[in-house]
Amino acid sequence: MTTDFKETAPVVDPATTARRDQDREAGPILKLQGVGKRFPGVVALRNVTFEVERGEGHVLLGENGAGKSTLINLLGGLFPPDEGSIWFNGSPYRPASPFEAFSKGIRVVHQELNLLSNLTVAENLLFEHLPSRRGLVNFREMNRRAAELLAEVGLDISPSTLVSRLGVAQMQLVEIAKALAHESKLLVLDEPTATLTSKEVDRLFEILRRLKQRKVTTLYISHRLQEIYEVGDRVTVLRDGQHVTTRPLQDLGIPDIVRLMVGRTIADQGVFREDIQPSGEALAVDDLRLTEASPPISFSVRKGEIVGIAGLVGSGRTEAVRAIFGADPRAAGTIRVNGHPVAITSPKDAVAAGICLMTEDRKQQGLLLDMSCAENITITDLKRLSRRGLLDRAMENAASEKLVAGLRVKTPTIFHKVGTFSGGNQQKVVIAKWLYRGSSALICDEPTRGIDVGAKAEIYDLMGRLAAEGKGILVVSSDLPELMSICHRILVFSKGRIAGEVPRAAFDQNRILSLAYEEYGRARGN
Amino acid sequence: MPEGTERAGERKAGSVWDNFLRVSMREAGVAIALVIIVLFFSATAPYFATPENFLKIFVQIAINTVLAAGMTFVILTGGIDLSVGSVLALCTVVGATIMVNEDLSPWMSIPLALVACMATGAACGAINGWVCEKWKLPSFIVTLGMLNVASGLARVVSDNSTITGLPQPFVDFGNQIYFGVFPSIFLIAIVVILIGWFILRFTVFGRFVFAIGTNEEAVRLSGHNPRIFKIAVFTLSGLTAGIAAMVFLLRLNVGSPIAGIGYELNAIAAVIIGGTSLSGGKGSIIGTLVGACILQVLATGLQLLGAEDNVKPIVIGTVIVLAVVLDTYRNRLLRNLESR
Repeated sequence: MTTDFKETAPVVDPATTARRDQDREAGPILKLQGVGKRFPGVVALRNVTFEVERGEGHVLLGENGAGKSTLINLLGGLFPPDEGSIWFNGSPYRPASPFEAFSKGIRVVHQELNLLSNLTVAENLLFEHLPSRRGLVNFREMNRRAAELLAEVGLDISPSTLVSRLGVAQMQLVEIAKALAHESKLLVLDEPTATLTSKEVDRLFEILRRLKQRKVTTLYISHRLQEIYEVGDRVTVLRDGQHVTTRPLQDLGIPDIVRLMVGRTIADQGVFREDIQPSGEALAVDDLRLTEASPPISFSVRKGEIVGIAGLVGSGRTEAVRAIFGADPRAAGTIRVNGHPVAITSPKDAVAAGICLMTEDRKQQGLLLDMSCAENITITDLKRLSRRGLLDRAMENAASEKLVAGLRVKTPTIFHKVGTFSGGNQQKVVIAKWLYRGSSALICDEPTRGIDVGAKAEIYDLMGRLAAEGKGILVVSSDLPELMSICHRILVFSKGRIAGEVPRAAFDQNRILSLAYEEYGRARGN
Repeated sequence: MPEGTERAGERKAGSVWDNFLRVSMREAGVAIALVIIVLFFSATAPYFATPENFLKIFVQIAINTVLAAGMTFVILTGGIDLSVGSVLALCTVVGATIMVNEDLSPWMSIPLALVACMATGAACGAINGWVCEKWKLPSFIVTLGMLNVASGLARVVSDNSTITGLPQPFVDFGNQIYFGVFPSIFLIAIVVILIGWFILRFTVFGRFVFAIGTNEEAVRLSGHNPRIFKIAVFTLSGLTAGIAAMVFLLRLNVGSPIAGIGYELNAIAAVIIGGTSLSGGKGSIIGTLVGACILQVLATGLQLLGAEDNVKPIVIGTVIVLAVVLDTYRNRLLRNLESR
């Protein structure tokens, strides 16, 4: 079976695939029987049993910490299960490495993309089996095959582009093209749409539908419940590491699914606080320019106000907030906090002035993964815990305990390393560290990316409470319904400028989206 | 291990043996290795387990221990300092030049020499750190440059000659032995290690050393300036090189521009054997002390066993690599134990 892949051309006609499938016995492509997995202090999976049918779109749902990531890591060969067994394509499946997993026909596209950024797209696509003769790479053949694969996923880039030059969405598509290259039988997608714009999402779904015609089975994980109906036939719900149900998706509405996931009903995902009356200026930005040539950005956030920033990925939202925070240099622009101009040239200045930034990439930029929960929380202000440079650990532990309890961070103790936490819990630690520091303005870049429904609701609630305390909150998000449910106003970024501002009374998805696309349409001349 | 919450309660209670293994692996892995090596040589090498021999070992590890203490800080932040050997040489000639000045009484010249050594070392270290941070250069390159610069300066200051004739009280203190087996210079090294341990464990600065080694960008985005701490860490490493220079003068009573050749590699070896990760963020300075002991015990033990001089470096080199290999197994074992 393994050897098949070497010789197969990357783009296979459906007839061949169909023939091959007939050769194999029928029955489920993937079968889990009593699978369990433990981690330090946490049982990640317990007695999970379900089947994935050949050729179906199978959706895997569950809150953060429900065990989805553990499950796909088992499938991807990152670690073996502690108990139970897995059958893939009719035979026992126990891969010793990710390489073995993919040679057997399971391709896992992780949330954190695993591309080699200093190699070209073509090299990445065909990395496992570079076309070669006597150890020399046949570049022409490699680029030709890569171009076919890119065309397959509708990605209009040169195969010789360096991966480091691609945007996240493009990288995602490259990962999927890579799955095509090796004719995987089971494609596991972990939140593929988390970083994609709606147009890119549409394209992804089209590709998935095409894969389905080719009898490729997909196991699809997403927190965006609206979209799973487009790709899924059946759904499996996990809760607290246990299997809750597997059934046809058409039998279930979104409220049913949410209820199955959390085991209780959540009233409304957004909690807009009607009672807060914004007053006075918390944060103001005047004529911010990232470079001399870039368009000026001006806006303000009042105390008690939650202002959203919408826009496509790459529209300059993250760049703008990073420049405000002093994380990246800016060419021009003044920033005021509580009405007073502040000089910000580094994050240190920004924090001292009362601005906090929750970065979009919490693992690389937000957290000290190898350090404890307490150490992560107090890193923002060690002065408060110390006298003459000496740390008061009792004080540190008390402060951390309080925040961990208040934010309901799920951890056995505050001494556990945050690297072992689930996404939602890691994000809560990031929030905790800024709450610990205290500020006038809080900037949140994609605060709920990769976070389950329950934790999302908690984070919205928290934002509401912070606004009620008089903080100005700026939220960058790709999740438009999210912004529409929590914000007073939404600023729409398009190609580095603010294309428009929409007040709550006029919130309308179409209007916001057309603003987001405004500059791009202009550039293409239509 | 923390217990008592709901989730932790779900885990099977670890056996006493598991707990013992876990604690001993995490806290005392290298120390156990040292004990085993000492027991081995005590049983096999004649004269090894004698007070005289231990005294000799203590004398011999003092310089390396002091250098390695500063090196631990640098490596914990993810850097490396290759210049400490020749900075030590520069400091010995500076210190010796001051002390042999006959216009000064010993009670003036000795403290002055100490201050000058520390200041010279700290200045070299500060330059290392500043250059690294100013131009965002890898410390490997910058300190390699300083290795040569300091060595050249040492020749200039000493006019290419060794400096002898240090004041008698200074020489006497260097020969002093306390409690039968502890030479004064070993006690100095222990004090340096204890101060380093205290800084790493109980101060804000120490917390930043670990945090920067773990994720410098996250520290920066938490509203701090990691550069200042990194410059401070190199300064500290230079400072300990200055102190090590005084220890060198106490032990050998001679300032020499060609002192300290290769010392930086011994210091790095001690830190690595002691379990500190070269990529930063993980390690301990007590481990460094143990690492320095292991290196010297091996050298002395092999000598007493009658090993040829040519064989010793082969064994020691193997041990350095073996220590790192074992460390990866130790980490894996620890992870397994903690997931039980």
